[in-house]
Amino acid sequence: MKQFLRVAWVVMRKDLTVEMRSREIVYTTVFFAASCVLVFAFALVREGRPLEDASAGILWIAIAFAGTLALGRTFERERHTETLRALMLAPSDRPAIYVGKLLGVLVLMAIVEAVLVPMVGLLFHAPVLARPLWLAALLAAGTLGFASVGTLFAAMLVRARSRDVLLPVLLYPITIPVIIAGVRGTAAIFQATPDEPMARFWAALLVFFDVVFVTLSLWTFEPLMTE
Amino acid sequence: MTRIFVPLVLIAMVLFASAPLVVANAPVEQTMGLVQKIFYYHVPSAMLLFVSAFVCGIASAVFLFRRSAAADRVALAAGELVVLFGLIVLVTGPIWARKAWGVWWEWDARLTSSLLLWMIFVAYLMVRRFGGPGSEKLAGAMALFGMANVPFVYVSVNYWRTLHPKTSVVMTLAPGMRGAFWFCVAAFAILYLLLLTLRKRLEDQQAMVEQLYLAVEE
Repeated sequence: MKQFLRVAWVVMRKDLTVEMRSREIVYTTVFFAASCVLVFAFALVREGRPLEDASAGILWIAIAFAGTLALGRTFERERHTETLRALMLAPSDRPAIYVGKLLGVLVLMAIVEAVLVPMVGLLFHAPVLARPLWLAALLAAGTLGFASVGTLFAAMLVRARSRDVLLPVLLYPITIPVIIAGVRGTAAIFQATPDEPMARFWAALLVFFDVVFVTLSLWTFEPLMTE
Repeated sequence: MTRIFVPLVLIAMVLFASAPLVVANAPVEQTMGLVQKIFYYHVPSAMLLFVSAFVCGIASAVFLFRRSAAADRVALAAGELVVLFGLIVLVTGPIWARKAWGVWWEWDARLTSSLLLWMIFVAYLMVRRFGGPGSEKLAGAMALFGMANVPFVYVSVNYWRTLHPKTSVVMTLAPGMRGAFWFCVAAFAILYLLLLTLRKRLEDQQAMVEQLYLAVEE
């Protein structure tokens, strides 16, 4: 178990070190997420006022889009430098590599969210500070659900043709429950009077989703990545 | 399966030939009238959509963990049938909805979750088609995750919205309709079994031809 966590930690640190040197994914993904929000602003703001209830949806759509971009790029890097095989040859548990990659993606997505949440709050008058803990919990659980499935699919797609198109094609239908739960839960706390039982229900659904899909991913990563 | 294939084809032919009569003779529903007859092929197709999704998911799991090529071929056949029966469901559903609810599409729980399940399997077929070599595994994971996703989609969409008649409608059918309904379910189930076997056989033979080609080249 200790060995497992150590490998996961090393893989994550490797990814983040490479990222820190170039900052390629962080800069592009954050900028992309911000542009997404602007596109929505032009579609959903009428006479200077945003549509009611739109902010939660915009936040989560931007997270999903930016997340897909980040997932694609992290593995594209491995493919480009031909290091995926080296990673797979490492004398350690395969699931540990998956966990390391997942943690790296989570850190990247957390940075993107740290920019997105204030932006949505400012531009769409969303009360992001009304229930900060609930918002953080929903974001954390939703991001984990999205990234756990995404990391597995992105890893498998490295070897596939037309991977850029296939990642969203595979990922979005599977992660629809995450989007629904995230949007509805966030909308519940963005209301004028925050609806905590509702937020709790959706957060619980997200946690269930996380448990099932992280387990499934750990379980299938080994047979899937074996050539 | 080969031995009972011909008798099953005959039974299916008889069932489908007599189905219009059975459906026509079933009592006409009072409030909805003739459009309720859609029910006789909409619901059996929806049942097979779910059955087929599970067949595909389980076969994919067997393929991934046991590395059985035969299971992968079953999964492919079942995956294609999910899309086929899903198409029947998604075409007949709105026709009925137009009459019953006044709109073609409603973002109701069961409609949305069937649509999502159907989309997962369309994505499954796309990966198999466009993924290039080695995409069977990827598709297998997609089917497995799609199957695990069914309860989540159902719960999330259910709390999001509900309008569709409850499943209990099958149990409370009028006696005259019940016979016709189960008749249709049987006919569709046999059709499903036949299509699944045929498709799997086609894949088996393709695999065999490929092996023979390789043998000749060597």
